[in-house]
Amino acid sequence: MASQRLAEPAGTWVDRSHPLSFTFNGRQLSGFRGDTLASALLANGVRLVGRSFKLHRPRGIWSCGVEEPGALVDVGRGARRTPNVRATLLPLAEGLAAESVNCWPSVGFDVGALTGACAALLPAGFYYKTFKWPNWRLFEPAIRRMAGLGRAPTAPDADHYEEVAADADVLVVGAGIAGLAAAVAAARAGARTMLLASGEHPGGALSWGADAEVAALAASARQLGVRIQLRTLAFGVYDHNLVCAGESVSPEGAADLPGCVLRERLWKIRARAVIAATGAFERPLLFPDNDRPGVMLASAAHKYAQAFGVACGRRAVIAANSDSAYERAVALRDAGVVIVAVVDRREGSTAGERSHGLRVITGAALSAVLGTRAVRGCTVTPLAGGRGERLRCDLILNAGGYAPAVHLHSQAGGKLRWLGESAMFVPDGAAPGLVSVGACAGVFARGPAVSHAAETGEALALGRAPPQAPIGGAGRSDAITRVRDVKGKQFVDLQNDVLAEDVALAARENYRSVEHLKRYTTTGMGTDQGKTSNINALILMGEYTGQAPSQVGTTRFRPPYAPVTLGMIAGRRVGALYRPLKRLPAHDWHAAHGALFETFGDWCRPAAYPRPGETLEAAAQREARTVRKCAGLLDGSPLGKLEVFGPDAARFLDLMYVGTMSTLRIGQARYGLLLNENGTLVDDGIVARLSAQRYWVNTTTAGFDRTAAAFEEWLQCEYADFKVVITPVTSRWANITVAGPRAWEWLAKLGFEAALAPAAMPHMTLRDSALDGVPLRVLRASFSGELGYEVNLPADHAAALLGRLWTHAAELGAALYGIEALQVMRVEKGYIHIGTDTDGTTLPGDVGFARGIERKAAPFVGRRSLLRTASRDPTRLQLVGLVPLDERTQLPVGAQIALRPPPTLTEGHVTSSYRSPELGIPVALALLKGGSQRTGEELRVHHLGTTIAVRVVKLPFVDPAGERVHG
Amino acid sequence: MMQLTCPWCGLRDESEFVCGGTTHLIRPDLAASDVTWGEYLFFRDNPKGVHRERWRHAYGCGQWFNLARHTVTHQVLSVYAMTDPPPDHS
Amino acid sequence: MNYSALALLRGALSAHRNWLPAWRSPEPKPAYDVVIVGGGGHGLATAYYLAKNHGIRNVAILERGWIGGGNTGRNTTIVRSNYLFPESARLYEFALKCYENLSRELNFNIMLSQRGLVMLAHSRHDLDSMARWANAMRMNGIDAEILTREQVAARAPLLDMSPDARFPVLGGFSQRRAGTARHDAVAWGYARAADALGVDIIQNCEVTGFLTGANGRVVGVETHRGRILAERIGIAAAGHSSVLAKLAGFRLPITSYALQAMVTEPLKPALDTVVLSPGTGAYVSQSDKGEMVIGASLDLFPSYAQRGSFAVLQGIVAATLALFPSFSRLRLLRQWAGIVDVVHDSSPIIGPTPVPGLYINCGWGTGGFKAIPAGGWTLAHVLATGRNHELAEPFQLGRFITGRLIDEAAAAGIAH
Repeated sequence: MASQRLAEPAGTWVDRSHPLSFTFNGRQLSGFRGDTLASALLANGVRLVGRSFKLHRPRGIWSCGVEEPGALVDVGRGARRTPNVRATLLPLAEGLAAESVNCWPSVGFDVGALTGACAALLPAGFYYKTFKWPNWRLFEPAIRRMAGLGRAPTAPDADHYEEVAADADVLVVGAGIAGLAAAVAAARAGARTMLLASGEHPGGALSWGADAEVAALAASARQLGVRIQLRTLAFGVYDHNLVCAGESVSPEGAADLPGCVLRERLWKIRARAVIAATGAFERPLLFPDNDRPGVMLASAAHKYAQAFGVACGRRAVIAANSDSAYERAVALRDAGVVIVAVVDRREGSTAGERSHGLRVITGAALSAVLGTRAVRGCTVTPLAGGRGERLRCDLILNAGGYAPAVHLHSQAGGKLRWLGESAMFVPDGAAPGLVSVGACAGVFARGPAVSHAAETGEALALGRAPPQAPIGGAGRSDAITRVRDVKGKQFVDLQNDVLAEDVALAARENYRSVEHLKRYTTTGMGTDQGKTSNINALILMGEYTGQAPSQVGTTRFRPPYAPVTLGMIAGRRVGALYRPLKRLPAHDWHAAHGALFETFGDWCRPAAYPRPGETLEAAAQREARTVRKCAGLLDGSPLGKLEVFGPDAARFLDLMYVGTMSTLRIGQARYGLLLNENGTLVDDGIVARLSAQRYWVNTTTAGFDRTAAAFEEWLQCEYADFKVVITPVTSRWANITVAGPRAWEWLAKLGFEAALAPAAMPHMTLRDSALDGVPLRVLRASFSGELGYEVNLPADHAAALLGRLWTHAAELGAALYGIEALQVMRVEKGYIHIGTDTDGTTLPGDVGFARGIERKAAPFVGRRSLLRTASRDPTRLQLVGLVPLDERTQLPVGAQIALRPPPTLTEGHVTSSYRSPELGIPVALALLKGGSQRTGEELRVHHLGTTIAVRVVKLPFVDPAGERVHG
Repeated sequence: MMQLTCPWCGLRDESEFVCGGTTHLIRPDLAASDVTWGEYLFFRDNPKGVHRERWRHAYGCGQWFNLARHTVTHQVLSVYAMTDPPPDHS
Repeated sequence: MNYSALALLRGALSAHRNWLPAWRSPEPKPAYDVVIVGGGGHGLATAYYLAKNHGIRNVAILERGWIGGGNTGRNTTIVRSNYLFPESARLYEFALKCYENLSRELNFNIMLSQRGLVMLAHSRHDLDSMARWANAMRMNGIDAEILTREQVAARAPLLDMSPDARFPVLGGFSQRRAGTARHDAVAWGYARAADALGVDIIQNCEVTGFLTGANGRVVGVETHRGRILAERIGIAAAGHSSVLAKLAGFRLPITSYALQAMVTEPLKPALDTVVLSPGTGAYVSQSDKGEMVIGASLDLFPSYAQRGSFAVLQGIVAATLALFPSFSRLRLLRQWAGIVDVVHDSSPIIGPTPVPGLYINCGWGTGGFKAIPAGGWTLAHVLATGRNHELAEPFQLGRFITGRLIDEAAAAGIAH
């Protein structure tokens, strides 16, 4: 194809000394450094780039920016595959490989175009009216294959992303001339100023010409220390003036990227004042077949010519609805494009009179476009009626007027008003915390825009009210541009193939509010988010319903202003940094001793220590047997620990717990239950008294954060006059648990003092001690039901103590045991595990603690709820033991209890279930309706279609007299 | 993402805090009826407007404080200590 | 007028000028037999069932904005009936069964796609919880199965199945009849059908007060468009329930929060089922347009802003990428939030209020869309007969006093 490059000086952004090669749909092409993929494709004369969403009509490059609806490509392969990239924004890189989307087998010959042939059957919302029989699922797969654009990657992202927080006195979004003026003025007035530019080159719409004023402002900005962020697009304004922006660090596509690059950076910027200088979009006109490749925005063609040195066509017709058409025409003609005519639909427009040598046809519109894969010509017809004239052209440019980019203003809560003369929405005053300048404020005349922006920058820097915007300068543009009484599809939304007649249909069927219009027709719901279609859709709905555009309304703009990469939003919170796991202080020691780690909540802990060839289950059985026979060693460090200290500590704990803690003697410990105000169990643990005013509180591992937070809330919010201090010490103290009949023997071998011996220190006592200068806090407690010592010691000594204990393990016949074995033993003892045997409905009475409550006279959290009738209902789910009648079949956790097989009313479910090494039979805990009165009953449990006969038994299964803990 | 002013630490991002819900709830005593108790536990004003609520600077100093915040605009009208009476924002 | 392929063909031949309004925009009458406050899915369904089941057609729906513009237009379109307690199971299963027939009944394609739901187990504890769940469903006669790791991978190939993932997939639980339905279509389908039966749909009509007569009985409402009398009024206003309750002089056990959701740019089919991960809180499906639809847990402070916090959004996206790391290069296209009316036990409230003649359907929290047919059916029943439908009987306001909560917090899975 003939090169469409224009001679220099056109192409100010392009470096012709650095050619780059790339492929498009497998075809080798070349461009230059500084090109975008779009400009390079245009330079190579490639006009057909994609297919539209619904009708698979040919699509070319339509714009030169973020508003691009048609030129979407998939870039890259494997872990670097990026779908739906806008060719207009993608910098060209050596080796870039891009493919068209939504077409098969090729963009040139797309089977999907057949749907285009049935377009009449596929108006907006057609799928609501049919596909009901036999059901949608029959048609859905085919429709899903036709829908969608690019192809998702199938490998995890190779690249990474990061997040940066910044703050400024004044943040200016947009580095066009207004933005630059505002930033310079703000900085000059002493504000710490930050300026975001979405592209490579400051200057906005003037960035490719050699504009002296722009260059001067940019230089001043740098000199004044304005922090300028290029390639950074502000996409959202959030609560309390947070502006989020995405910086493109390593654009996709280059073939020679290292294995993992920083691809994008999220900026979270707080500024005292935000100035939006985001410019305006060009609004297209509506005319038949206005979607053909070769139909473009006039501003885009202008930019391609001057910034990239690319002719989008050689013979152009400009459809005009704005005075801007004429400057574009002259600029393009000067660059070497033949302007066949400017077709100005505004009756009586005189703007063309000053344009020498241009053929201007006023009061006329395009009534037809010739060519399907590329424009070949068009027909121009007077609006008043009459014969049309055929013009030969390969480029049709839209100069339909402007739509200020009011997105950030609206996101910040700003209001809009309709400026009828120029047919645009402009900000109606400032938004809270955000002021607009330049074209996005509706200020189009250059001089006023620059001075207003400067005044605004200065005012906000000094904390003063900003001046009112001198709105105007865009000239006259007709709102309605739809051509009446012509055949052919007039496209409103180019990506989703929404036609003017679809808007008419929506009006006819009463989907008249803006949101109904959008959702029914899908206009504005493509990847371009309606940047160049929303206003026309509104205007059309106004036309069809006899309303002014402002009466139809606008949808509230929401972030993101442009689509943003999910990876950038997540930033570093991926992989191992997503909810990082917590590790035991002696993690490495356990790993070296054969631990099989599993995740328990947020903790990484040994589930067991299987020997070679041993399953987890077998290991747990062996470990439990060993503990009960000799002794075992468990790392209980994650157990929650708090110190509660103060003159009111005792009183406070009495209020928190179901049990009474104020009566504990120094050194004595007691098991306690914690309820929420609704009376349900939320945590349990052991409380021990260290001194008159100091308590040592254990919570469950999973419940620690919640319990510590609850204590603080009660203390600070409800009992603010109590003198209590709560200190979380979980990570300060490791907990090494030694359990079993030979537990004390084991500790004694290391030299633990005699005061800790079972005869000297009863079960449920706590003693401060020391071993070789290392402070210890030793608690005699047991979750296994055996003689147990929980040795708390400073966390960094954990591995050393484990090592020392382990040297004596063999001679004692002792073993390491993990969570699984602990669960086996606690189930044998009928001890509950909060969150496993209880859920958000379980009351203390349900698990056997009713008597404890009756004994306590004082109030405690949740007590009042226990007095409700529902709390005392005897048919509540209550904790029971279950054994299978055949004494062999292990009961599945989650199995439901009922006499009859499902479907039937459930009577409860199995909560914990293990094989008991002690008894040699499976045992289980369950919650059973009225279970406390049903001992001995024979029932059935049902699990996924199987049924097992069971008997209800009393707990515990092992050591019912509870003698073993005493040693 | 909001910014809240912790009375001890100053202006910090919302992600450092945990919201504890409505504040100034008066707990009835044990003798209260089921209706009074249920009202206290569950029934709320849930205003579309100024809401007095308590927050904790969980990832900072750990202290609780009250604030009055508009539930539509998220504007924070005042921040005050847990033991202070609510300022009037009517 | 009937919607059908034939009608489309006729339309094609007449440049689609044959179509009639889907519903009228009548001026409100001074009085109706029943007024429903709230034109979302539940309110519209209520009006439809009042007319269809009970022959009560002199009904008005008063919607302060445009119908379906609240949570009905903002959810992630998931339908399922995997709930733990028999009372809930009956309610949601009733709704799912209605959904299965709804397109034909309403003559409007709601695009029900029963593509199945897979809930992920990330630990052995999760596997146990799912067993309880699946068995509880089977006790209630609802389809449920447990999936192995391999079966989960086959259903959702883009899930991170590596054993050292932070949230490894050990298996899952599936309800085959669950899936998605087009939310707008549900609202519009009910609206069109109700309108065809004579119900007046009044949009842009905000209720500003309730009028009461003798015995404190409700007699009508004040609105921006004038006074409208009715002796029976039903409130179906989701996150705004407390606002309306306050106008009527009572409170509800509700707190309104923002629940965010988002979609990516459209892609060719890559995910053919609904994936839900209670462990991370995220749920993901792919719409028929090709967009990945993502949701997760609540923003954790009360809000009527319909925005959601950016910090929470980051957490939602991180949770999604933990499950689907290959989604990292996809782009977020649209994000929004609803106002969800959350109650302590995540179960609804359907029945009388303290004001005689005034009934309410609320408290669905994050799970109202899947229940629209049941909410509408049961609110219509109590409005028509003055007695609760048996499905709604366990879900009364009084349970917050008696303490007989139906705590489905586990089944709501994600939020709260």
